[in-house]
Amino acid sequence: MALKIPVELYEQVRQHGEATYPHECCGVLVGEFEESGEKAVKAAVQCGNTRTDSLANRYHISPSELVRIQRDAMLAGHDIVGFYHSHPDHPARWSATDLEEAHWTGCSYVITSVEKGQAVLTNSFLLLDQEEAKHFEDELLEVI
Amino acid sequence: MSIKVLIPTPLRPYAGKQSIIEVIAQTVGEALSDLVTKHPDLRKHLFSEDGKLRSFVNVYLNDEDIRYLSKDATPVKETDTITIVPSVAGGR
Repeated sequence: MALKIPVELYEQVRQHGEATYPHECCGVLVGEFEESGEKAVKAAVQCGNTRTDSLANRYHISPSELVRIQRDAMLAGHDIVGFYHSHPDHPARWSATDLEEAHWTGCSYVITSVEKGQAVLTNSFLLLDQEEAKHFEDELLEVI
Repeated sequence: MSIKVLIPTPLRPYAGKQSIIEVIAQTVGEALSDLVTKHPDLRKHLFSEDGKLRSFVNVYLNDEDIRYLSKDATPVKETDTITIVPSVAGGR
């Protein structure tokens, strides 16, 4: 299992984290679920962080943006395959809050650590299982 | 009347792997009720035990959150689309 992302989109995701530093960035990864179980990213859609109370350590994507992105993706024959956000001055690992607030089972949650304004590591985590037993697993992020 | 409900990727395993489901309804509440009647496995993913929408489940009628319309009683028409989107949030 892997999340495959073209290098230009990978860089776009990382640069978004640098642009919003010291605040968290967030966005949606649109693409395809392949029969192999891998996911292929076709677009990275930047979103606004609606958590104006705590921009440095929280993110929230407006549901109305998600509705629009999901509809546009489906019209193009694609799907939402994951999400991304940044951790300013914090490791590129999921947090308890990330897990608690994750509800898209089967999708990837990509996290970029941004240290002093520079993107460092970008990791992907796959959300598995139903709500009561949900958990993240490390996922191969294949930059193509 | 028949209207479309868009199913997000995490809920499709409980909806016959379909991304769009046609339901028969006059209101949003009836649409969701018909949806879970057709696909009973969806029920616990959409509703809590008290029958209310789970806190992280957002339901939109076209571009409007039903919480800011008339919730379940919001009337629907044939050209409408209902979209279900789980929330997306987190942070370090």
